[in-house]
Amino acid sequence: MNSRSLQTTIIFLVVGGILALALGGFFGSASRQFGSVLIDAQTWFSSRFLGLQDFITAPRDIVSLRTRNAELETQVSQLQAQVIELQQRVNETEILAALVDFSRSNPESTYKAAAVIGRDPSPFLHYIIINRGSNDDIRRGMPVVTNQGLVGRVDAVIADAARVQLITDPASAVNVYLQNADTSAVAFGSVTGDVSLDMISQNTTVESGDLILTSGLGGGFPSDLIIGQVVTMRTLEFELFQQATVQPAVDFTRLEIVLVITNFRPVDITPLEPLPSP
Amino acid sequence: MRNIIAFPLLGLAVILQSSIVSQVKLISGYADLLLLMLAAWALQERVKSAWHWAVVACVLVGFVSSMPWPVVAVGYLGVIFLAQILQRRVWQAPLLAMFSVIFIGTIFIHILSFVALRVLGTPFSFADVIGLITLPSLLLNMLFSIPIYALMRDLSRWVYPFEEYE
Repeated sequence: MNSRSLQTTIIFLVVGGILALALGGFFGSASRQFGSVLIDAQTWFSSRFLGLQDFITAPRDIVSLRTRNAELETQVSQLQAQVIELQQRVNETEILAALVDFSRSNPESTYKAAAVIGRDPSPFLHYIIINRGSNDDIRRGMPVVTNQGLVGRVDAVIADAARVQLITDPASAVNVYLQNADTSAVAFGSVTGDVSLDMISQNTTVESGDLILTSGLGGGFPSDLIIGQVVTMRTLEFELFQQATVQPAVDFTRLEIVLVITNFRPVDITPLEPLPSP
Repeated sequence: MRNIIAFPLLGLAVILQSSIVSQVKLISGYADLLLLMLAAWALQERVKSAWHWAVVACVLVGFVSSMPWPVVAVGYLGVIFLAQILQRRVWQAPLLAMFSVIFIGTIFIHILSFVALRVLGTPFSFADVIGLITLPSLLLNMLFSIPIYALMRDLSRWVYPFEEYE
């Protein structure tokens, strides 16, 4: 072994011994000071390096972030469209579920569901157009309902569509029955779309909140379909009958899906009506 | 030949009137897209087919609406007649002519509808019709008349190109 390698061996042994002593905790305060200096230096270099790295790489990150942002915005708009579509489907499903419940609770009638696809172009008339016609066995005069109550009756039919006269139409008149007052009356539509009752006997006491149902008189509608509730009464002593304003059970501004009662045939009582005497 | 566009265009107008415009209500009135289109079309200087367009519109509206078809026919043809008279007299101020036709035409059609439905037995109050239907409809028709006039003017330039007109 020459002197150079001996010197190297001695240095390694000394350094190794110092490290062993340091790791064994024999240089407590001295090693802590040394370590803190090292850590400070490390921190200083590291922070400067990170700053420099940010400075160099930042423009590239902005470009990639912008690209990513655009991708995410596209994704968000697609998801928003999907959410709107799903909300529409949920609304339709809720309406259909309510109509199915209604048809189950009234098994004596058979129903055909139809979507409302339009309204009469004239503001004088309150009609809706539905997407079922004679191809679906829809006939003129059939009553149209929702789970909330009576909507109207079929006025005209073509192959794949039909026009329905609402009970709010000014020309509409429905024979009704006031459940609590146990009396008959006639429900009329109006220009504004309100429904009012007329032909209520002066001897009858009608209160607000009384339920109005179809009476079935005249054969135009089946009996016991809900029309609405009495809101206010108008009684004038010099008139033959009392009148009342009605809160319809159906929201006619938001009609989307309706049910046509297909097993009801209206009765034409015109031949039985007395002719006017000359 | 390009006048054939009347069929799809007026068909689309009837669909829009029935499905969208009739839902945009002001009190109980709403705009009459067909009336606006026919009036604007008849007021264009180059147009020679206004009567044909009115007949197509009458057939389409008469098919969809529950309003008696003679009311629709007399109403729309009357508006074309009025528009052509005004177009010859107020040709220097087309928008003024448009407003005049829409104003008189709306009132004319509404009075016609009111009288016809009263005769057929529908109980209407004249005051209700004026206040709740006619005046709101008139306002909406006036509002929509400017964009519809601009659209129909562009359409007339396409249907009747300048060379053909000369």
